[in-house]
Amino acid sequence: MSTTTIAAAPAAPKVETPFQRFVSEFAASRIALFGLVLFLAIVAIAVLAPFIAPQNPYDLAQLDIMDGRLEPGTVGAGGFTYWLGTDDQGRDMLSGIMYGLRISLMVGAGSAIIACLVGASLGMLAAYAGGRTDSLIMRLVDLQLSFPAILAALMILAFLGKGILNVVFALVIVEWAYYARTVRGSALVERRREYIEAAQCLALPTRRIIFRHLLPNCLPPLIVVGTMQVARAIALEATLSFLGLGVPITEPSLGLLIANGYEYMLSGKYWISFYPGIALLVTIVSINLVGDQLRDVLNPRLKR
Amino acid sequence: MSATLVAPPAAETLAEPIIELRGVSKRFSKTLDFAGRLAKRLGANLREEVVHAVDGVDLTIRKGEVVGLVGESGCGKSTLGRMVAGIMPPSDGTILWRGRDLRSLNAAEARNAKLRTQMIFQDPYASLNPRLKVQEIVGEAPLFHGMAKRSEIGTYVDEQLRRAGLDPSLKARYPHQFSGGQRQRIGIARALAVQPEFLVCDEAVAALDVSIQAQILNLFMKLRRELDLTYLFISHDLGVVEHLSDRVVIMYLGRVVEEAPAEEVFRHPNHPYTKALLAEVPRIEARKRAFAGVKGEIPSPLNPPSGCHFHPRCPFAFDRCRVERPALKQVGPGHRSACHLNDAA
Repeated sequence: MSTTTIAAAPAAPKVETPFQRFVSEFAASRIALFGLVLFLAIVAIAVLAPFIAPQNPYDLAQLDIMDGRLEPGTVGAGGFTYWLGTDDQGRDMLSGIMYGLRISLMVGAGSAIIACLVGASLGMLAAYAGGRTDSLIMRLVDLQLSFPAILAALMILAFLGKGILNVVFALVIVEWAYYARTVRGSALVERRREYIEAAQCLALPTRRIIFRHLLPNCLPPLIVVGTMQVARAIALEATLSFLGLGVPITEPSLGLLIANGYEYMLSGKYWISFYPGIALLVTIVSINLVGDQLRDVLNPRLKR
Repeated sequence: MSATLVAPPAAETLAEPIIELRGVSKRFSKTLDFAGRLAKRLGANLREEVVHAVDGVDLTIRKGEVVGLVGESGCGKSTLGRMVAGIMPPSDGTILWRGRDLRSLNAAEARNAKLRTQMIFQDPYASLNPRLKVQEIVGEAPLFHGMAKRSEIGTYVDEQLRRAGLDPSLKARYPHQFSGGQRQRIGIARALAVQPEFLVCDEAVAALDVSIQAQILNLFMKLRRELDLTYLFISHDLGVVEHLSDRVVIMYLGRVVEEAPAEEVFRHPNHPYTKALLAEVPRIEARKRAFAGVKGEIPSPLNPPSGCHFHPRCPFAFDRCRVERPALKQVGPGHRSACHLNDAA
């Protein structure tokens, strides 16, 4: 062996980073792409609501109580067309939905992100520390998961009272366990792999091993759970608001809008509940479409 | 130095020990959880299970030596390798690094000892972090430990890759873009990057094609000459070990059963287990004979046989073997074996 073996370059002509591969695999499904576009449009509407909504439903000066409960398409007293009708306060439903989406998405995404941070840290700690710490955290998770989420959230909100922050807090409490369990599961698998031993052998500090080597390899299942949990949090918040324990009446979310129209359903004034319901449905379906495809792409066991 | 390398018995008297194991054991115990303890109290037939993966091993490896560690799967050779590499602490016994107890070293010395011993892993697909580029995999540790400056890390990584036989222009790629042999070279470059003097190779070629195996083994020997490396070469394949090693250690169920210079092991095996292993190595002159193999399965380390662990499978076992654990005794120059038959003769 006198000459140095220089290993030849692999035959692959184009160099594809894992991220590029991920993008092309994700885009392979038309329906997931449609879900993503829909979701981005909904986010854009929510973010831009103050600029594109025909009316500010929070500004009492713009409301006219005489326009209450008008049918979709009616022209109101001020020469203003209510394309989706009005509620009993005379608020334009279209504007109400745009502003409601803001609250719903904020609560859903905010609680999902905080729950993810809390749950992922605890799950990672459980997997890496093992022993008593692991048992303690995982029994807490079991306890949490044994309660129906809606029941636990109702109890917390009954105790804390209404308010957006309280709803976020309640949703974090009922959701962190999913993240903790997911992260612990994948971290237990990953930490036995040889690249973790190699990092230990290279005398890298534990913190660096956890955050640079272990955590990035546990992310894919976390992203999937996270997407699904955003949709779940939005639905849960809508349920809580519908039951009258969620956001306050001054900051209506989609759930509260549905609840407002509920009493008029049987008197033929369907639009007050119906259109916010459709908006909620479309939002959750679009997130789930994206989440399903993410799960398929990121889960190696589903790959052919 | 090269003279001592080709004459292992001389090396044993000359070179200083780089690592010494004294009575090192590793136990893995599965303790009962709360439900298990409750069930036990209520009369269930449960107990805490303890596996003696490594049981009282003494081993000295001298500077410049290549020691082959051989045994069937599950005999504790990988666990021993991980303790030597400092990834796993021993349950019992002491490990001396250049004559000093690893536990008595301060943080900086312990880190240095750990870096000086590097490990090459079996599975080239699991041993590289899939989310890092090759340059990050190889360059992370030297950068972190200050062996190379940030401005020079590019050329430093290039040098390690070239040494391991890889084209440095591939360093911006991810591990999944390489073949098994190339990945193993990346693992070798990663180990070389922290300037080790001792490499623990845990079945480092077992997952590779035979032609690639030879290339990687040749690379190991080239690096040994260039960098004056010492090796602990763990393998289940006697054929691989025969060509590389100065000295061979045979393990069975957590214990060392025989230890001798490589030629001696193959010419005059002493322990019945070694003889049985050698009988399984395919040789051209013996191609017509039928392979008998070692009788039976390796016993469960959860419940090892009493006395000599090998007695249930040994054709020469007698009463003493069933009760008394044989000690490693000198049977020739540099040749030790743990078998009661040596006392009877």
